[in-house]
Amino acid sequence: MNELRIYIADDEAPARARLKELLADIGGELATKVVGESDSGLDVIDRLPGSEAQVLLLDIQMPGMGGIELARHLCALENAPAVIFVTAHDRHAVEAFELNALDYLMKPVRAERLTAALRKSMAAVPAERGARDVHEKSEQAVRLERAAGGPREFFSVAERNRIVLVPVGEILFLKAELKYVTLRTKVGEHLIEEPLVSIEREFGDRFVRVHRNCLVARAAIRGFERIPGAGGEEPHWSVMLEGTDERLPVSRRLWTAVKAVVPEGRE
Amino acid sequence: MPSIRQNPYPEALPDFRNLGVTARALVGVNLLALAAMLFSESDWGNLPASFAMRAALLEPPLLASLALFFLGAPWLLRLPYWIGCVVVIAVVVAFAAATYMALGEISWGGLARTLVLAAFAAIVALAYLRLHTKAYSPALAEARLQALQARIRPHFLFNSLNAVLALMRRDPRRAERTLEDLADLFRALMSDGRNLVRLADEVHLIERYAAIEQLRLGERLRMSWDLDNAPMDAMLPALVLQPLLENAVYHGVEPGTGTGDVLVRVERRGDRVQIRIENPWLQPGTGQRAGNHMALDNIRERLMLFFDDEARLESRVEGVRYQVDIEIPYRSGPG
Repeated sequence: MNELRIYIADDEAPARARLKELLADIGGELATKVVGESDSGLDVIDRLPGSEAQVLLLDIQMPGMGGIELARHLCALENAPAVIFVTAHDRHAVEAFELNALDYLMKPVRAERLTAALRKSMAAVPAERGARDVHEKSEQAVRLERAAGGPREFFSVAERNRIVLVPVGEILFLKAELKYVTLRTKVGEHLIEEPLVSIEREFGDRFVRVHRNCLVARAAIRGFERIPGAGGEEPHWSVMLEGTDERLPVSRRLWTAVKAVVPEGRE
Repeated sequence: MPSIRQNPYPEALPDFRNLGVTARALVGVNLLALAAMLFSESDWGNLPASFAMRAALLEPPLLASLALFFLGAPWLLRLPYWIGCVVVIAVVVAFAAATYMALGEISWGGLARTLVLAAFAAIVALAYLRLHTKAYSPALAEARLQALQARIRPHFLFNSLNAVLALMRRDPRRAERTLEDLADLFRALMSDGRNLVRLADEVHLIERYAAIEQLRLGERLRMSWDLDNAPMDAMLPALVLQPLLENAVYHGVEPGTGTGDVLVRVERRGDRVQIRIENPWLQPGTGQRAGNHMALDNIRERLMLFFDDEARLESRVEGVRYQVDIEIPYRSGPG
């Protein structure tokens, strides 16, 4: 059987029912099977990875997490499904989809449109699982990043076939080491594979660069400490953070800029 | 449906029962008197004494006229505009003459001067209020257009149609009812925004609206209605409650993951009608949608056009709830 495995994500039950009805209607032309349903973005993150879905029909306005951010996190999956966005009316989102060649459908969805969109995505879904190459994945990620209206609310860490979300607000600092970036929260550490530069660009309001390899959450900065030079080294400043005893060195070149972004009275 | 104004440039006497109109007439006439005295009095020091003396002649006819107009407002407003003006001026002149006589220093010259001044003050006040009405009435005509634009979000229309499509095969009767509700809603939306409607009609409308939202959102929307003390015969501008309820659902329920409680309460307190609409306040960052105050501003503007300074609209965050309060004067309509 060569059924196309479909996952439906929409917060409105009638909308999910309608899509299933349409999929049944077009069954003669295009065999599909619904392998999962979710009514919130976070539920998709939890349940889609194990569902073997090939195509995700994704409502862009969902509680908890918007559709575009969700799609960005799914890119981290080894067998990421093709995403077809569904929207009732969102001019900005539709413009962004057009501009970045992302597939979308308008509600109420017509059977013919649904068939066409599924055929198109089928062409993109490789027959063999895991055959999708890294290059293509990143291209989709870039298009989604460009379509997104603002910064994400989570970082995603792909762990085997599972996505772990780390809320951006919980991060104390990010440190680049070789090809990975370490996210440090109060409770632990996560490794992600994103360049520090692009993170700095996306979250410029939230993090400040204190060193060539380190971004620090502005809100977590408690103060600065002058470290006397030992063994012939010159003295330097280091930053103290809420929620960790670790001291992070501030590079001489960035010291003035770092000092300027921290509000008075927190030194 | 009674309409407060039939054409875009109405020739109508001001509503003398409106606080704003009365206040403007009071302040305006007194300022006029003050200006006249500034002209005639060369010494600043004498000004207060001089004003106090003239006030004895000025205030009684002014207050008496306004009181009489307040009582006779329904009858006055039925008169053709120009005849109404003549009546108003005649009343003012008569009261001025009576006051002048009562003060007991009768001279023909003084009486004539008083009467001319009284007529002059009445004409200036009427002309000012007419200009004021005119300045606002194009806005009133536009209010209808704005009402349409700022009203129902396309998002709601398309999602509702989609929900009806989903019902079509499984529950055709409920699909029919929902389409009927949508039709009622859009009929009201496309009606004349310059109308005053009965509270009963507006409540009926938002119940239809809530039924559609309920269909889409299911258990996520929990409505509670507190209408036991609602004066169903009270008049209010059309489409004041619906956009507020829509905001409550759009900002307070849809972006949330749990159940959202929305409260609608209308009650009469003395001669005021108090309306409250309350929804969960979602912290920014938990899916809270960017607020736009278009709907609130639009409603506030329309309340002002109808009730002038006697209407109030306030919104606030109270703990985990977002509240919008409206207060308007209670005016009962026919039926």
